[in-house]
Amino acid sequence: MSNLLEIKDLKVYYPIRGGFFNTVKDYVKAVDGVSLTIPDGTTYGLVGESGSGKTTTGKAVIGLNHITEGEILFKGKAISGSGKSVENSKEIQMIFQDPYSSLNVRKRVFDIVSEPIRNYHKRTKDELIAEVLGLLQKVGLPPGSLYKYPHEFSGGQRQRIGVARAIALNPELIIADEPVSALDVSVQAQVLNFMQDIQEEMNLTMLFIAHDLGVVRHMCQHIGIMYQGRLVEEGTTEEIFNNPQHLYTKRLIAAIPDTDVDKIEENLEVRQTIKEEYEEHFHEYLDEEGKALPLVNISPTHKVALPAKG
Amino acid sequence: MEENLLSVRNLTTSFKIDGEYYPAVDDVSLDIKPNEVVALVGESGSGKSATAFSLMKLHRAARIEGEVLFNGKDLMKIKENKMNTIRGGELSMIFQDPMTALNPLMKIKYQIMETLKIHKTKRKEDREEYAIELLRRVGIPRAERVGESFPHELSGGMRQRVVIAIAIANRPKLLIADEPTTALDVTIQAQILDLIRELQDDLNSGVLLITHDLGVVAEMADRVAVMYAGQIVEIAPARELFKDPKHPYTRSLLNSLPSDDVQGSKLHVIEGVVPPLNKMERDSCRFAPRIPWIDDDEHEHNPQLREISPNHYVRCTCYKNFYLKSDRETSIEVEAAQMEEIDEVTE
Repeated sequence: MSNLLEIKDLKVYYPIRGGFFNTVKDYVKAVDGVSLTIPDGTTYGLVGESGSGKTTTGKAVIGLNHITEGEILFKGKAISGSGKSVENSKEIQMIFQDPYSSLNVRKRVFDIVSEPIRNYHKRTKDELIAEVLGLLQKVGLPPGSLYKYPHEFSGGQRQRIGVARAIALNPELIIADEPVSALDVSVQAQVLNFMQDIQEEMNLTMLFIAHDLGVVRHMCQHIGIMYQGRLVEEGTTEEIFNNPQHLYTKRLIAAIPDTDVDKIEENLEVRQTIKEEYEEHFHEYLDEEGKALPLVNISPTHKVALPAKG
Repeated sequence: MEENLLSVRNLTTSFKIDGEYYPAVDDVSLDIKPNEVVALVGESGSGKSATAFSLMKLHRAARIEGEVLFNGKDLMKIKENKMNTIRGGELSMIFQDPMTALNPLMKIKYQIMETLKIHKTKRKEDREEYAIELLRRVGIPRAERVGESFPHELSGGMRQRVVIAIAIANRPKLLIADEPTTALDVTIQAQILDLIRELQDDLNSGVLLITHDLGVVAEMADRVAVMYAGQIVEIAPARELFKDPKHPYTRSLLNSLPSDDVQGSKLHVIEGVVPPLNKMERDSCRFAPRIPWIDDDEHEHNPQLREISPNHYVRCTCYKNFYLKSDRETSIEVEAAQMEEIDEVTE
């Protein structure tokens, strides 16, 4: 199995300007040295709190952000900087977080879904209609939706339109930025199921960005935990959930509310202990700048940013 | 038995669609005791927030019927100016979206002082100090500085804390929390929930917690009411509801959560959507269209809430023979596999 996507030491800085000549005073280091690889056909979950840089990483891959430093390899070739080709733009697509604002309200479903096709291929109107109908069927929307507007659909259905648009050009990599966080649990289940179906059918690789660890656990084979622009822990789903090493990961996992009513007391206690430990010892896990330490391998797949012992 | 703090009887809130009124909250009855957390759960459109807004009398164009006894007063009968002294005082609310609940043009401390002034909780000279103390109370570091800031300068978690500080400023007897943590990260959510729990213990208040996150409900609630299409379909002590859910809707909801051990497998999906207000069958089981594999005879006409075990109420008779479709399918598959095995053996 080869790696479809490889990110090497990615840095995205935003300048802070100020002063009399509007000179650059400092930088916001949104992403500060992230490296990760996603093997073909798998899903990689990128988890972190708001502001941790997970969306910025996703956007950098698809080219919506400039890159300050580092390299992004897609199928072994650099796509950062001038290396990006037209082919790459077709092969990498994105599903956005909010199904209410990511669709143009004044366009019909047909226009929304066919737009990427029209951008890259010459098609007659009839061919386009046939193609869009095929896509709608794939994402489970009735053919009658073709000439409807986004406001006529529910949240889950809109997310399906977003997915139809993303898969219109037969991409190989999909970046899903919090695709279900705006949806109800029952609708969330529908969308997650059908994303798995599509992934299997089209052999898609996914970068799944989310803050809900339950969802990530369900969807992903590999997980990376981000804190302040850096990865603090990375590993397979089992490693992260059964054997978390970094204090921040432990805290995130302990904070998930559980529906098992027998474990509530226990969970609250664990959460309290970890919170105390976090307050006391977390600074040991950071360098002088308040950033995570370099990752160290503790097993072939499991990397953690642990402080040096002693 | 302890006296009820809030007792809602047959609350019906109707909205006008094309000239006709349709109830979004349909005959809801609910009690909350002091120091009790009651959770109201359901999908968007099920009427949870509409219920909360009715209790606070915040609907403008709705027709509200029924009785809401709060602390011995019927809120539905009292005048608006009297309501103003109760709302935000004895009865207060944490709103869902901290981005829009605060006034963007007003410094944080003045927003808190405003409610202290209206309810005459503190004298003029003490207000500012008390406002800062409240900010400290909800766990805001450097409270003096935050008091001087405007809402846009704060993060989502901080803003939600400010909203909570305003809600508890006048020591409410009943706190209505409408999705208080939906917009927040998990670690901050845990802090906010701790805070609500702490405050509730301190003030001995009742809490009506509205949320669609069942994990939060399991952790916080003493009792849970599940709402579907404007009606309460099941109400039970939290422990019992999670251990032994009865109503098909409750069971479907609990099953659609991603759980630990089934990575990669299919999640349970509830078919269809909540019907729109004006196109709803009102005198049959409202959940019936979403469980079409259940026989029509299992449902009752005009379903009622019935007590099936102490304090556990369920609406409609369809729960008795209900099974999840996915369970049935797997059991059929297992049966088929067994049949094949038997065939092979006999051959």
